Amino acid sequence: MKKLKLLVNSKTFTVDCHPFARLLDVLREELKLTGTKEGCGEGECGACSVIMDGKLVNSCLVPALQAHNKKILTVEGLSNKSMSPLQKAFIQCGGAQCGICTPGMLIAAHAMKTRKKNPSKEDIREGLSGNLCRCTGYSQIIESVQKCGGRS
Amino acid sequence: MRGYLPDYDLSSTENLTEAFGKLAEGEKPFAGGTDIMVLMDAGVLPAGRYFDISKLKELGGIKVLKDQVSLGALATYSDVRNHKTIQKHFPILVESAKEVGAIAIQNRGTVGGNIANASPAADFPPCLLVYEAKINLISSSGLRTLDYTQFHLGYKKSEIRPDELIQSVLLEPRFLDYHHFWRKVGSRQAQAISKTMVAAIAKVNRRKIEDIKIAFGSVAPTAVRCRKVESFLLGKKLTSEVILEAKNILTKDIQPIDDIRSTGKYRLIASQNVLEEFLCGIG
Ligand SMILES: Cc1cc2nc3c(=O)[nH]c(=O)nc-3n(C[C@H](O)[C@H](O)[C@H](O)COP(=O)(O)OP(=O)(O)OC[C@H]3O[C@@H](n4cnc5c(N)ncnc54)[C@H](O)[C@@H]3O)c2cc1C
Ligand code: FES
Ligand code: FES
Repeated sequence: MKKLKLLVNSKTFTVDCHPFARLLDVLREELKLTGTKEGCGEGECGACSVIMDGKLVNSCLVPALQAHNKKILTVEGLSNKSMSPLQKAFIQCGGAQCGICTPGMLIAAHAMKTRKKNPSKEDIREGLSGNLCRCTGYSQIIESVQKCGGRS
Repeated sequence: MRGYLPDYDLSSTENLTEAFGKLAEGEKPFAGGTDIMVLMDAGVLPAGRYFDISKLKELGGIKVLKDQVSLGALATYSDVRNHKTIQKHFPILVESAKEVGAIAIQNRGTVGGNIANASPAADFPPCLLVYEAKINLISSSGLRTLDYTQFHLGYKKSEIRPDELIQSVLLEPRFLDYHHFWRKVGSRQAQAISKTMVAAIAKVNRRKIEDIKIAFGSVAPTAVRCRKVESFLLGKKLTSEVILEAKNILTKDIQPIDDIRSTGKYRLIASQNVLEEFLCGIG
């Protein structure tokens, strides 16, 4: 066990955990931030996406040790009292159905928008290409991201 | 079933001396974790102690030196994609980096991990073969430099000793007047591991081939340079007969097999077709 410090959604947390534990499990089980989902557990589906030190990562592939002293943004950190424009757009355009992929989609879209101020459809497609959705057929998700333009 | 956590350890490492000490005690390096964590999830990661190399400055960064470019082992696919000098001189490294997994994998997966893994399906090795890269291996007894062509020995086997780390890959920017070609054939644009892939560069003057380097991945126990095809094509004009013959000769350079991702027969035909696509594009 190791004592690790994580800066999640602008709050500092200290946790005792196995250094090889997945960041995904630390977030969900230690910090009770269950917005981040597990789909495949092997980097294929993007349900577990979070932003670590400004970069999109799969939290199922990050060992807790490497999250030590890092800034982490999860889906819970996207909304401030009320939902973000991106989240509202997902609701308006039908970008979320069963919802399991949604937190990951929102985080991946957020990361893409931070990289590209005026994303093209291609940018959006690429930015979300690591995220699988079995419900929407993707068009509504892409529409949602397009709808709120450069803002997130 | 996932690996059982108490069977494993992961420690941080601040400097190379400490890292060499850990290697001597049988600990294994952990870089971006995109291979290791997947093995862990599948319950097939060998139990034991691992150490995080991601903070070792000596292994990091892309450096533009006087007449070469040094790609640190810890450089990620995203670093490679976004680097101006790599984009200009080694465009197929950028192409292949763009096709590894998706963004989240590209942000974490490293050059060193891709090479160390020594998978025949890894995306960088064919590119490094055609750019005739060198590889720097570092240990407590110093640095040794090998031609990249000598590095991969067989299926998941390479020249690296247990006391060594991959430090960097060295590339010479001398291919500006070449055509650069990269093509990966897989089942899905993102994330897919390839059925076959080709990296190729060629210098062509009035349709005549002055220099050509071709390498394939996923179709032999390691990534392979296609020396027979290359020597056949050298000095020739690219007529349709020449291209047809090159496709025939390719069967002597690669030995694709059946596995979960594809069949040997499909791989061979697909490889011949991407070779043709390349040659038609430069002729
Ligand atoms: C969803 C997904 C998609 C992928 N798609 C592709 C793809 O399209 N093409 C492709 O080629 N790969 C792909 N990969 C595989 C993977 O991303 C790469 O092989 C990656 O480059 C490994 O680097 P890493 O830093 O994550 O390695 P790690 O998992 O940290 O380590 C891998 C191995 O390399 C060793 N190692 C790492 N660094 C060093 C070093 N400096 N010196 C000595 N040994 C070292 C480790 O001990 C370990 O054995 C994919 C992986 C996932 C999860
Ligand atoms: S759960 Fe992490 S990518 Fe699927
Ligand atoms: S909304 Fe159900 S998986 Fe995407």
